[in-house]
Amino acid sequence: MASHGIEIRGLYKIFGPNGKAHVEAVKAGISKTELNERHGHVLGLKDINIAMPGGCITVVMGLSGSGKSTLIRHINRLIEPTVGEVIYDGRDICRMSQSDLREFRRHKTAMVFQKFALLPHRTVMENTVYGLDIQGVPRSESRKKGQRWIERVGLSGFENHYPNQLSGGMQQRVGLARALTNDADILLMDEAYSALDPLIRVDMQTVLLDLQAELKKTVVFITHDLDEALRLGDKIAILRDGEVIQQGSGQEIVLRPADPYIASFVKEVNRGRVIQVQTVMTPAAGIAGTFALPSGTTLETAAKQMTAAGVSVAQVLDGDGKPIGQIDLTSLISAMVTPVGHEDTAQIAAE
Amino acid sequence: MATCSILPDILCSFPAVSDSYIRLARKTIDDGFRAQVRSHAHLIDAVVQPLQAFLNFLEKLFVNSPWIVVLAVMLAIVYLASRSKAITLGTAFGMVLIGVVGLWEDTMVTLAIVTVATLIAIIIGMPIGILMARSDRVQAAINPVLDVMQTLPSFVYLIPVVVIFGIGKVPGLIAVVIYAVPPMIRLTNLGIRLVDRDVLEAADAFGSSPGQKLWNVQMPLALPTIMAGINQTIMMSLAMVVVASMVGVGGLGKNTLQAINNQFFTFGFLNGFALVAIAIIFDRASQAFGKRLQKHTEVVHG
Ligand SMILES: Nc1ncnc2c1ncn2[C@@H]1O[C@H](COP(=O)(O)OP(=O)(O)O)[C@@H](O)[C@H]1O
Ligand SMILES: [Mg+2]
Repeated sequence: MASHGIEIRGLYKIFGPNGKAHVEAVKAGISKTELNERHGHVLGLKDINIAMPGGCITVVMGLSGSGKSTLIRHINRLIEPTVGEVIYDGRDICRMSQSDLREFRRHKTAMVFQKFALLPHRTVMENTVYGLDIQGVPRSESRKKGQRWIERVGLSGFENHYPNQLSGGMQQRVGLARALTNDADILLMDEAYSALDPLIRVDMQTVLLDLQAELKKTVVFITHDLDEALRLGDKIAILRDGEVIQQGSGQEIVLRPADPYIASFVKEVNRGRVIQVQTVMTPAAGIAGTFALPSGTTLETAAKQMTAAGVSVAQVLDGDGKPIGQIDLTSLISAMVTPVGHEDTAQIAAE
Repeated sequence: MATCSILPDILCSFPAVSDSYIRLARKTIDDGFRAQVRSHAHLIDAVVQPLQAFLNFLEKLFVNSPWIVVLAVMLAIVYLASRSKAITLGTAFGMVLIGVVGLWEDTMVTLAIVTVATLIAIIIGMPIGILMARSDRVQAAINPVLDVMQTLPSFVYLIPVVVIFGIGKVPGLIAVVIYAVPPMIRLTNLGIRLVDRDVLEAADAFGSSPGQKLWNVQMPLALPTIMAGINQTIMMSLAMVVVASMVGVGGLGKNTLQAINNQFFTFGFLNGFALVAIAIIFDRASQAFGKRLQKHTEVVHG
């Protein structure tokens, strides 16, 4: 099953009894506070345009109240849009009839929630097969699938426990197993890991990355944590006050923050894990050294490999194994610790 | 009175409408009402007949079965519901005591009517509660009615029931049901409305239909609250069964009424004791059952 992308176009959400009436005002640039004070409506989302590529993890990042939950809930239409389109596989989700929407939710989407939202009266197994129950799949069949995913998320032996007998991390594993058992193309995760302790969180990120390498679903992952966003996101969109203020790869955002707000976010990031060798290499001409690194290697990994091999210069190879530039340890380390200036970003644009 | 001598008469004794008017109004309303009842006799019969049959069946079953069988079944039900040895033993003790003082048969009659009344109250109350939970409009319409029902003194219920259905067991049963149904409706509504919104959202996200949401999520999660409603309904039926003896319901209530009329102290006391005993049994067993249902919702991990 090849995954389809999701395309959000011109999406506005204005909360209130008559949101549509205020779209023009919002388009004309009325601020969130003004809209609230003068008209009693809350601006949820403003002119959202994001292409979420199929088979990739798209992270939506922003502070609390920036509209992340509102945005992700438009993808399975738990929230009705005020205006705009959400296109999946050639169809506008916003225009589906109630029964089409139900079928779409049953077969194409699965969701993981910040507060787990498990059914307290159902066991781990019964929670896991919940989506299949809704689809009317007989238990004899759904249990087999459920068992597979329970094992995959590391919960074997807990099938007959109730959610309240499990720790937060384990409950979220159930949430993940429930979503995966649905076998849906789209996986929606609304701050799925925000309620977990840092160590467990990193653990669960690894679980997701491993699964994604194998399943290649279209994942939409919400977080307020930049490190999490950079670790998981093939693509990152940053939201503030209901508006997308920057979108692109993690590297692009770290190297070229669109405004001081994002810059202040990005300052604390471990750059070595985000920036890749081809970004800071000296391109082409007169390539020295025999030690080679594939393009796409992060600076941290490169530094580790180069010091282990005892070399101070390395070639950077492109996808076909052709050398495209070289990098030395000094420039590598300086790129890891100091913000790269704007002049260096020309290379990313050229990529 | 001193004040009356200085006040004009109209402010002193209340100026009632003349007696003849009242009489006329009374006659018109009563006659009209009776005519209505007569012209709908078949409809009333259609309500009364099945209730009568069901009530008689259960009463016969309870009264005619050997006491040891009834007791055994009762203990089994109490144990299965509560899983508590103490409550089961208490039940055995209470029932044996009731038998020893010669009130077994009357107790069975009362148990039968309370059982039927509770079942009917559940059958009527639960759907109404569900409807109320699904629509704020329905809730706004039904709530005032429930408020009035719950403030009316229990005697007042007997008046319309007797006028429409006459005197007898079934009219008494109907009065009991009307009196006992409000908590069932209220707590079903409340239980469903209190279900965690996050869990409901999850149900929606997985594509539940409204019916699937109701039966997979709302009802199971509301069940402890609904059980509290059933408990209250049972308690209120027990209270009303005594009052309903005034319109012809038999059993312990009738004995109590007799004891009051004739000042039979001991007889009245024993009947009262029997009523209290079955009230406690019902209460303990249904509450323990409700608690057991809630076991999974208690948070063990934060
Ligand atoms: N149902 C609603 N009615 C009114 N305002 C809402 C509603 N849901 C969300 N909002 C508002 O929309 C904004 C974005 O909320 P949300 O999407 O939950 O943010 P986030 O998930 O990023 O914390 C907030 O200002 C919030 O108050
Ligand atoms: Mg949120």
